[in-house]
Amino acid sequence: MPATPLHVPEPSRTDPALIRNFCIIAHIDHGKSTLADRMLQLTGVVEQRQMRAQYLDRMDIERERGITIKSQAVRLPWAPTEGEGQGRTHILNMIDTPGHVDFTYEVSRSLAACEGTVLLVDAAQGIEAQTLANLYLAMENELAIVPVLNKIDLPAAQPEKFAEELANLVGCEPEDVLRVSAKTGVGVEALLDRVVREVPAPVGVADAPARAMIFDSVYDSYRGVVTYVRVIDGQLGKRERIRMMSTGATHELLEIGTNSPEMLPADGLGVGEVGYLITGVKDVRQSKVGDTITQQHKGATEALGGYKDPKPMVFSGLYPLDGSDYPELRDALDKLQLNDAALVYEPETSAALGFGFRVGFLGLLHLDVIRERLEREFGLDLIATAPNVVYRVLMEDGAEHTVTNPSEFPEGKIDEVYEPVVRATILAPSEFIGAIMELCQTRRGTLLGMDYLSEDRVEIRYTLPLAEIVFDFFDQLKSKTRGYASLDYEPTGEQASSLVKVDILLHGDKVDAFSAITHKDAAYAYGVRLVAKLRELIPRQAFEVPIQAAIGSRVIARETIRAIRKDVLAKCYGGDISRKRKLLEKQKEGKKRMKMVGSVEVPQEAFIAVLSSDDSGGKSKK
Amino acid sequence: MPSVLPDGETVPEDGSLPASALDGAGDRPLAFYLHVPYCATRCGYCDFNTYTATELRGSGGVLASRDNYAATLADEVRLARKVLGDDPRQVRTVFVGGGTPTLLPAADLVAMLGAVREEFGLADDAEITTEANPESVNPEYLAELRAGGFNRISFGMQSARPHVLKVLDRTHTPGRPEACVAEARAAGFDHVNLDLIYGTPGESDDDWHASLTAAVGAGPDHISAYALIVEEGTQLARRIRRGEVPMTDDDVHADRYLIADSMLADAGYSWYEVSNWATSDAGRCLHNELYWRGADWWGAGPGAHSHVGGVRWWNVKHPGAYAAALAEGRSPGAGRELLPAEDRRVERILLELRLREGVPLSLLRPAGLAASRTALTDGLLDEASYGAGQAVLTLRGRLLADAVVRDLVD
Repeated sequence: MPATPLHVPEPSRTDPALIRNFCIIAHIDHGKSTLADRMLQLTGVVEQRQMRAQYLDRMDIERERGITIKSQAVRLPWAPTEGEGQGRTHILNMIDTPGHVDFTYEVSRSLAACEGTVLLVDAAQGIEAQTLANLYLAMENELAIVPVLNKIDLPAAQPEKFAEELANLVGCEPEDVLRVSAKTGVGVEALLDRVVREVPAPVGVADAPARAMIFDSVYDSYRGVVTYVRVIDGQLGKRERIRMMSTGATHELLEIGTNSPEMLPADGLGVGEVGYLITGVKDVRQSKVGDTITQQHKGATEALGGYKDPKPMVFSGLYPLDGSDYPELRDALDKLQLNDAALVYEPETSAALGFGFRVGFLGLLHLDVIRERLEREFGLDLIATAPNVVYRVLMEDGAEHTVTNPSEFPEGKIDEVYEPVVRATILAPSEFIGAIMELCQTRRGTLLGMDYLSEDRVEIRYTLPLAEIVFDFFDQLKSKTRGYASLDYEPTGEQASSLVKVDILLHGDKVDAFSAITHKDAAYAYGVRLVAKLRELIPRQAFEVPIQAAIGSRVIARETIRAIRKDVLAKCYGGDISRKRKLLEKQKEGKKRMKMVGSVEVPQEAFIAVLSSDDSGGKSKK
Repeated sequence: MPSVLPDGETVPEDGSLPASALDGAGDRPLAFYLHVPYCATRCGYCDFNTYTATELRGSGGVLASRDNYAATLADEVRLARKVLGDDPRQVRTVFVGGGTPTLLPAADLVAMLGAVREEFGLADDAEITTEANPESVNPEYLAELRAGGFNRISFGMQSARPHVLKVLDRTHTPGRPEACVAEARAAGFDHVNLDLIYGTPGESDDDWHASLTAAVGAGPDHISAYALIVEEGTQLARRIRRGEVPMTDDDVHADRYLIADSMLADAGYSWYEVSNWATSDAGRCLHNELYWRGADWWGAGPGAHSHVGGVRWWNVKHPGAYAAALAEGRSPGAGRELLPAEDRRVERILLELRLREGVPLSLLRPAGLAASRTALTDGLLDEASYGAGQAVLTLRGRLLADAVVRDLVD
């Protein structure tokens, strides 16, 4: 095993010809983090004894779920063991990309910082939809692709079959697909050699004004925001004043350096180099992914392309289970936002749930991750309302409303309602085509096309309303395909649809938290299901409680909770009194956990059961 | 008396009470409850602190024996005398309950009563009640009790229908309780009660009608009617869980209650507590009323509960352990609680609301008062009484008494 190579070029003084910037595209669980770990060891930047699994994934949730949320960049010195450039120390900047569909934009920025990518695919499973989507992104960016099959040590590995599949996708020969085991280390040296050989060196203008693209921005509680950049042109030096080209804001560079993998200060960063900088800003929204950094004086006049503001696609109301936790929830969201420019939220009040926030997310995983972090890192117990998308409602009088919460759906004469649609790509064994098409049809999908990736694997493309995906589409897809299907989707715009708001009325009072926007054909089923469920969950009260589902003033479903007629213990003699008093205290406690909706006592559990996304508010699970 | 004891602090070995317990005792009546923890067989629905001969064999030895039970209990009455010191009160009521008191010879019950008379004295108009099993008494037995000072007797009738009695494991023949009423009258008892149970699995509205008709026909001056409570841990609870007998729906209980109240009213019985009806004020059970009005009472016997001036305590459950404590001159008290003022207020509300006279509105705090107005609007409280400053349950309110209490104590 080679030790740290000699004559390692230093940051700011590295010949671009020796630099290779690459990322790894892989599906969750296909071994990207393990491969990265192996590279850290092989190149000697992390010593054996310091090694811990998934070294680069810093957050607990990342390590636990085996997914990478925030990308990182590591500078690896590597002298190829054979072939071109043998024995000459190169600098490999490995940029770790987020793997999930919700973070497509961040992926695209990571890709834009690279000249090549390692396409890493599990040799037992083949390529997955998200990987394919990212591969297409990489191809659009004209990156060099190094196809690699991982986990060849697994008994279930089928390297021949999947090498064929990768070769078809990438346009190479099956023999060109590298076979490695990140776990055992087999083939990883050869992979590093291939990266040096096949990934082009960066090209930039060294004496032009500096232009560096931000591909990640991370909040660190000790250092403030750490911004990861790739220098395209020119040079950034320490203690320079820099300017964010999207906002014009200027900052002093307090520190600049590279990661190996811990932060290591340097004199600067030159053309093609990748590293971090610290300016003292406290909020990642001041250092946005995709933005271009230049010097304050004599800086560049034209920003690099590709910047856009992250736009939330999915909204959910987050409420503390205990109303007194509201300030803690606000503080926690503030803290998370420091590190997550895509997280948006505003205070919201629900008659049923009290004070909370309407929170916008990039997608469902983003929602899950944020909710889990709030609960785990901040110890909050939350109710999350069923996720919904953003609707654009045009009124007959020409007014336009943007609806992020069903309860804000306007009354009055509506002309059109627009909902976001996505282009969904599903990869699955061909035996499941029927089941997948059936699912997509019931979710108002339109088939765009279908291609065979290999003899028995197929890619199916659909246009689907995003609202149909945010509930339990993925769960349904997984269960209908015995877990074999994978899904990717990207927003493609909006469409006018026949959408209605279904309200739920308890004893005549509208319960805002239960309102939902559904397609008119699905409204009846939604109403019937929710009303039946509430009848089970709400205990009998002193009076009869009608539960109704209504569209406007038209009732579409109704159930009645009969009035309770008996609530009295038959006997209460000498020996019963203490017990009776204690029972009363217990019942009072139980009553405190009830939320009053008008005059109806609704158990907290009823809200959780109906609203939580675990038990989808929109579709019944089979 | 339920078999599960509450948690509490320990009782001093000599059974002594905090001085505060006897403050103002002179203004409160004093009652005695004497528990007889024996039954011939255990009924499937019963979770009271009672034991059959088989259950006691080998576990409590000679100490738990029925033969010397009256003497053991008299020891506790003498302990009560010591604990209450020079309390000058005579006893207003004595109630012998169980278990099945009439499993003991009449002379034993008379001897137990004698201990109370000897140590405390009985008020001239004292109400002296015993519970009785219809099959374990006859005219001679009743005459002996009457001669010994008992003037009220309560028979467990439960139902007039054999198939209902069978589910309850009651062994008496239908008709026997009604005959007992006549025998008790003949023996000179002033007051006679029949206990009824409704809502037994398998009981129909017709069955319940028949039971009420039979009970009323026997002419007692007091009838108690209880909804069957299926207590955890009883044989009946297990049978219901196994699906052998159906669980009775609360709505059925409500219907049966309405039937009872209407039939009893027609026959001249009026309610004075949620589950109790009497032909006149004199027919009410004064002993039970003392429980409900926060009087002092001393419960003697295994598992018996007592209350003196805001201190509640309860004895060890097992007859063997009970007898052993007394034999060693220790209090058989297993635990006690000293009720803070707020708990006493809550207890007053929850107990007095069950009575025809109701709860004085002055006992309620602002939130409870507001809730009482809602209850009034909802038809759960009686309007005329409310105007007179008392929260009194309407017929519908009686069926929802616990819900009303939960709001009123706020």
